[in-house]
Amino acid sequence: MAKKKTEQKKWPEKWHEVTPGCMVFEPGNAANYKTGSWKAQRPVLDTKKCIKCGMCYIFCPEACIQEDAEGFFQADLGYCKGCGICAHECWPGAIAMVEEEE
Amino acid sequence: MGKRIGMEVGIAAAEAVALCNIDVAAVYPITPQSHIAEHMADIIHDGRIDAEFITVESEHSSISACAGASATGARVYTATSSQGLMLMHEILPIVSAMRLPVVMGNANRAVSGPLNIWNDHTDIMPQRDSGWICLFTENGQEVIDLSIMAFKIAEDPEVMLPTVVNIDGFQLTHMIEPLEFPTQAQVNKFLPDRKPFATLHPDNPMTMGCFNMPDVFTETMKAKDTALRNSKKTIVKVFNEWGKQFGRKYNVVETYKAKDAETLILTMGSMGETASIAVDELRKAGKKVGLVKLRLWRPFPVDELRAAIKGCKTLIVMDRAISFGGAGGPVATEIKSLLFHDKGRPRIVDFLMGLGGRDVTVEDFIAMVERAKKKKDETYEYYGVRE
Repeated sequence: MAKKKTEQKKWPEKWHEVTPGCMVFEPGNAANYKTGSWKAQRPVLDTKKCIKCGMCYIFCPEACIQEDAEGFFQADLGYCKGCGICAHECWPGAIAMVEEEE
Repeated sequence: MGKRIGMEVGIAAAEAVALCNIDVAAVYPITPQSHIAEHMADIIHDGRIDAEFITVESEHSSISACAGASATGARVYTATSSQGLMLMHEILPIVSAMRLPVVMGNANRAVSGPLNIWNDHTDIMPQRDSGWICLFTENGQEVIDLSIMAFKIAEDPEVMLPTVVNIDGFQLTHMIEPLEFPTQAQVNKFLPDRKPFATLHPDNPMTMGCFNMPDVFTETMKAKDTALRNSKKTIVKVFNEWGKQFGRKYNVVETYKAKDAETLILTMGSMGETASIAVDELRKAGKKVGLVKLRLWRPFPVDELRAAIKGCKTLIVMDRAISFGGAGGPVATEIKSLLFHDKGRPRIVDFLMGLGGRDVTVEDFIAMVERAKKKKDETYEYYGVRE
């Protein structure tokens, strides 16, 4: 699944902009809908400790962890729910869960 | 107009729907609605209309099948009653949220338990907040007329909302009445083909029934509420069109001898006919009593009700459902709440009566008018309960 960096689109902005029945006419646009807003903690990767094993990538229940150009596995915070499974499974201890602060 | 024929009202409801060029009916039989289900199946299997009858295993499935069929652009009908409507409860707000113009006939019957198959309004009242347009009928002719009008209202591009036509179980569904049917040509003229806002089709992928996060759910709910409120304009428009074409004029709030009345009785459904005879009797005795009948329950016709009760001192609300442990019957509670800020609002007396098929006679209405005068407190009262 290719990840496009899209800005969080607050759609619809106003109640009268809601389409009848909240119908969605653009197929495959679910990726534009960021679902990570409810997390209380976010994973922070220490690239010095990371051995690029990909265990976090395998275990992430949201499939929001992707390999970057350097081979590190990074969570897309737009979809990450902050469950901490990646940190729990990371045996070299390279992922820390940090409190979300506005 | 055509000639009058004697027919059972349940059968007539199915015959009226058969005139509406429906594509799909998914109906699960339940007393006292069964004659609608059976006759609808007969009509379709005899090939009298070109429609699909989906035999389902429950009402949860019938309303779900209707939602799916309606999403493809079909004109869809279902009917149910009591426990069947309760089983549909989960799906009802989804149908309205998806703006699918499904039409339903509901043969009003008491909700269990104890098991009781007879007429009251305890089945429809728990569905009050599901976002459906909710109409009540007083006699067989109204069942025919409103069943046809319901499609036009529901499918109007300004509305696109499911509509339920309430038909008092047994009191109406099993009554043989002299009825006048419009011809197929007249219905074709009145009710054009459905022009759906959108349809589910593989060639044109889209989403109906989408997911909402907390940041859009409130907006979606306000949009739905507003659509239901605004539907009243179309309901009035369709009633007027029917009146013009067929000569029977309908109003969202009907009145009978209400203009100078000091005391008004408020009813819904078939009770209105009995109440009107009671009003005649009381008028003969020189009492200024009138009648208000709520035809439209959702969206609530608050302006029309205000106009209908203007100047009256006592409003006696006949509630045929109970809100256990609540402020009163659902109708009286609602009216009290809506009129709370009105200056010179009438005193509202709330009777719970006609429950589980108990007859409400002309004498009962007269007795309730008398009782309302003597009643000291403002709490609801079970009329006729054995103390």
